[in-house]
Formats: sequence, C-alpha cells, structure tokens
Amino acid sequence: MNSKNISIELTPEKLSAQACSDFVDDPSCGGISIFVGTVRNQSAGKKVTLLEFSAYGPMAVKEMTSIAKDVLSKFDVLKIAIHHAEGVLEIGDVPVVIAVAAAHRKAAFEACQYAIDTLKESVPIWKKEHFEDGEVWVNAHP
Amino acid sequence: MKITVLLFGIVGDLTGESRLEMDLTEGASVGVFKIKFHEKYPILKQYTNYAIAVNEAYALDEVLLKNQDVLAVIPPVSGG
Repeated sequence: MNSKNISIELTPEKLSAQACSDFVDDPSCGGISIFVGTVRNQSAGKKVTLLEFSAYGPMAVKEMTSIAKDVLSKFDVLKIAIHHAEGVLEIGDVPVVIAVAAAHRKAAFEACQYAIDTLKESVPIWKKEHFEDGEVWVNAHP
Repeated sequence: MKITVLLFGIVGDLTGESRLEMDLTEGASVGVFKIKFHEKYPILKQYTNYAIAVNEAYALDEVLLKNQDVLAVIPPVSGG
C-alpha cells in the first residue's frame, strides 16, 4: 500500500534504508529518523546461522498501513516508510526499516520508536531462528 | 457453514497444516471455533496463547462468523 505520505512494503527483496529515507525526505522536514533492524549473530548465547521470516502477507500489509496512518495522526510528522523483509535472511541482513520525516527531531524519534514497537506487537510476521543444532519460532512459547 | 482456517508459525508446525476447511454451526462465534479447533488438534492443548483474525483483522471471542469467512490462527508475532 502506498500513498503520497506512506510507503509500505513486505518483500523478499533486499531492503534499502536509503530508499526509505528518500521516500520520506521533504523540503518542509527538518529531520529524518531511521530505524534499521539487523539480524544478530546470537540469541540467548547461542550462535544463530540464519533467520527465516514468514508472514500473513495481506494482513501484515494492512497492519503496517494502519500503524503508518496512526503515526501520521498521533505525531507531528510528515511522512513514513515501513518496509519489512520476508524469507531467509543471513547475519547482518536487514529485516526491517522504518523512516519518519518531521519538521522537528523529537517527533521524528518518538514516531519511529512507536512504529517499531507497535510493529513488533501486532504485525503478523514470524521469525524462526536457525541454530547449528536446530531451529525455534521466536516468542512462540509463553 | 464452511470457514477456511490459515495456520501460521508454530501452530502450522504443530498441526502440520497451513490451511484447512472447517464446518461450523451457523452463527458460531470465534470462541466456538477455538473449542472445535482444540478438539481437532489436541496437540495444541498447551498453546492457547494465540490471536484469531477474521478476514484479515484481529477478532475477539465474541465475534460471530459467517459462511466462507477466512480465519487465521496467529501465534505471538515476532517480526522486526
């Protein structure tokens, strides 16, 4: 889903922080806050070999769009991009990029944090961690 | 009435299914679906920690279902 002020992507392609930054850039903004998630090489002390992201695609896009709209109405910001990857990612790859442009930095930082926190709570995307000796769905066990 | 159920994450792994059809009594709620679902997959006994979406939107137990609704069983998400 895309509009003038919102860019949402769920894609098997490599994500680009630059593309998100370019999308939100605007002559009237005074700053851009960007969160780039990266795949870490360990989880609770165990060596991670790769991560696998699966999504309920149509609903994930709807939820990301709803977060973006929410951000634009809650915070004094101009534009937002939320891009998430799906499929197999290796160490150092980027599963998520969020960029927010605002006239002033405080709103940009706060909106960016709100967007990633909310994404992690509500967007139907699941991460499976692969280790040298097995695999596990993250957060699956209460 | 017939509904379609999509299964994700650990729930997909435990049941060995990613999609199935179920027959429910006309006007059954999400809560009723959950009871039937657990009867069908006793292996899910310990896994009550999931949300349900109906037609791509989160739905509480009280929501009433219609013929041909698409449900999704959504274990705790872990994107980002």
